[in-house]
Amino acid sequence: MNTTKRTSIRVAILGVLLIAFVFALYTSFVKDPHQVKAGNAAPNFSLPQLNGTPMKLSDLKGKAVVLNFWGSWCEPCKAEMPALQKQYETNKDKGLVVVGVNIGETPVAVQSFIEQYGAKFPILLDRDLQITKLYRIGPIPTTFFIDREGEIEEIYIGQMTDAIIAQKVAQILE
Amino acid sequence: MDVRKCECGHTNPVGTMLCESCGKPVDFQESGQPEQAAFPDMRYEGMARRSQTYSRTIIDRIWNFFSSVKIAIALILITLIASAVGTIFPQQDYIPVPVSTEADIARFYGETYGKIGEIYYALGFHNLYSSWWFKTLLVFIGTSLVICSLDRVIPLYKALSRPRLNQHLSFLKGQKLYGNSPEEASIDPAAALPAAADFLARKGYRLFREENALLAEKARFSRWGPYINHIGLIIFLFGVLLRSIPGFYLDQFVWVREGQTVSIPETPYYVKNVAYKTEYWDESEMPEKLNLNGGAIPKTYQTDAVLYVNKNADLPGAKPELAEVAKGPILVNHPMIYEDLAIYQSGVKEMELGALNFAVLDRKAGNKQVGSLKLDLYAPQTEQQVAEGITVRVLDYFPDFVMGNDGKPATKTNQPNNPMFALEIASAEGVKEKLVYVSGTVISDSKDPRYALEVKMPDFIDISGLMVRKDKAVPVIYFGALIFMVGVVMGTYWQHRRIWVQWENGRLHLAGHTNKNWFGLRKEMELLIAKMNWPVTLVQKGKS
Repeated sequence: MNTTKRTSIRVAILGVLLIAFVFALYTSFVKDPHQVKAGNAAPNFSLPQLNGTPMKLSDLKGKAVVLNFWGSWCEPCKAEMPALQKQYETNKDKGLVVVGVNIGETPVAVQSFIEQYGAKFPILLDRDLQITKLYRIGPIPTTFFIDREGEIEEIYIGQMTDAIIAQKVAQILE
Repeated sequence: MDVRKCECGHTNPVGTMLCESCGKPVDFQESGQPEQAAFPDMRYEGMARRSQTYSRTIIDRIWNFFSSVKIAIALILITLIASAVGTIFPQQDYIPVPVSTEADIARFYGETYGKIGEIYYALGFHNLYSSWWFKTLLVFIGTSLVICSLDRVIPLYKALSRPRLNQHLSFLKGQKLYGNSPEEASIDPAAALPAAADFLARKGYRLFREENALLAEKARFSRWGPYINHIGLIIFLFGVLLRSIPGFYLDQFVWVREGQTVSIPETPYYVKNVAYKTEYWDESEMPEKLNLNGGAIPKTYQTDAVLYVNKNADLPGAKPELAEVAKGPILVNHPMIYEDLAIYQSGVKEMELGALNFAVLDRKAGNKQVGSLKLDLYAPQTEQQVAEGITVRVLDYFPDFVMGNDGKPATKTNQPNNPMFALEIASAEGVKEKLVYVSGTVISDSKDPRYALEVKMPDFIDISGLMVRKDKAVPVIYFGALIFMVGVVMGTYWQHRRIWVQWENGRLHLAGHTNKNWFGLRKEMELLIAKMNWPVTLVQKGKS
């Protein structure tokens, strides 16, 4: 075997092993390829509203969307409800939609909750947690600020004040 | 003079220990290399291993690095130590508090184990098997496996496919088993060699002959055992790597209530729990009387399930269009299999509250039961008619009732652990009364209510935990394991034996080599000597 042939065989074998190496590293850094991240398009979905009619996220294209995942057992979710409602009222004419996604509760419980806390924006029911899982929701409340093009501008985990919501809403309304 | 040229006239590649042609140890003194202290090791037949001799380009250097067995052992040791360190603190999946964000995980290790915990987390020991450096080590071990094997198997193959016949006497004398006859012995080589060949052929040896030399060889393939074994390991590692490709591996868990149909995350499938049951051993089935104190021993855990595929899976959350694809019982160790998907029985929550039952009593008619009311805890109806002209409306529902900080009723979780209902009973006659059910009692807001609710036995349901697995890499991993076993069997149950018989300088020379079981080879050669009646005494060098 001459030197060039030997080198090219070695290069080929090392090349295959290098591909395996890069692949192994890639999979350890990108653990969840479907992770929902700021800067990416918000995954489309469809869920029934409290009144039964389904709503698609893609139907809201052209509008800025505040997507809020909540549950009636979560204290900070209750606390931020009036602030969300207030921002919805002030900005809905400018093209803002606040969408609340309830995590796995019964319509009866959701109905009485939103009446108690005065939420008038659309509430979607994620009965079997499909969308909660799709959006990789950990602690709640988790809120996605989605711009008019359907791109996620920011993900906020935890309770938001009126001022925080106002500032982020201003960004996505631009 | 060409230093690589043997006195027999053959030119050997640099690094050769035993002349490829005549088997004479290559004279290192002349080449200025350190003298061979003893007869070279026969493991690679004294062949030159290229990696040890050339290191010109960067590619050669990388190759030589991985070709070293010392490096391979070091890599394996580092991996072993890292795996051991990974068991000091719990892995991320097993930390005792529910944490969901990366920051929480980091905080957990720091707060629980102090500075060492922080370092542990920073180095990725908390999630060892997917940390980049652990994977790097594994790929390096794989690389070393490939290169070490190639570097040794190729020269070995070349050497063994040219049987060493009519070798230099120093080669025969260098073998571990060697003996010769005295010069004056009356042996006729023309008769002795064919007789020995005949004897060895009957013993199953393959023979190579020249006029005054005989080589008998058996089970050469056993030498390939370790390399086939390595191929098996590489296939195995490759299979493990395949799991990271999207769609190759799935590991999900779903809780399904009896009667409920749930979607299996990351698949287009839905599974329905038709019914769940735990069967217990009957005392008559037990071989001896056990003192169970009223307890029971479960026999089977079984979910009767239906698997559906959602034809409308493109848009998550959209109303599913389900088509049944599989149906049947799921028992422990007997999963439901559909294509690549396997659904295992793997958990149960039995006797959970499913629905509350009440009898509606008319107090004006002497507590006569006028109807019955069922409140499904997972999907309560907003309004239902319980009797002619009497409807019950659910005003409020708190599945896990607690009194909130603000003095208002609230729920702790979304699970019906402690259901609380606010109801309104209305009759056609214009009666409107509010009732509250909480913790087993019903309270009416009116002092003298017309209607009362009597608590009946609630509905209990079983919630089955199903594990959903898909692993397309399994056939590859099993195939690798099979090849591995084939290699092990080849290398352990057979021995590569060679016996040389050579007549030279008026003496009969006898030498033997095997890769294991020297005792067996020695017995065989002694039997040959005895049968042939040769005046030869075998000497075995070193310990066997």
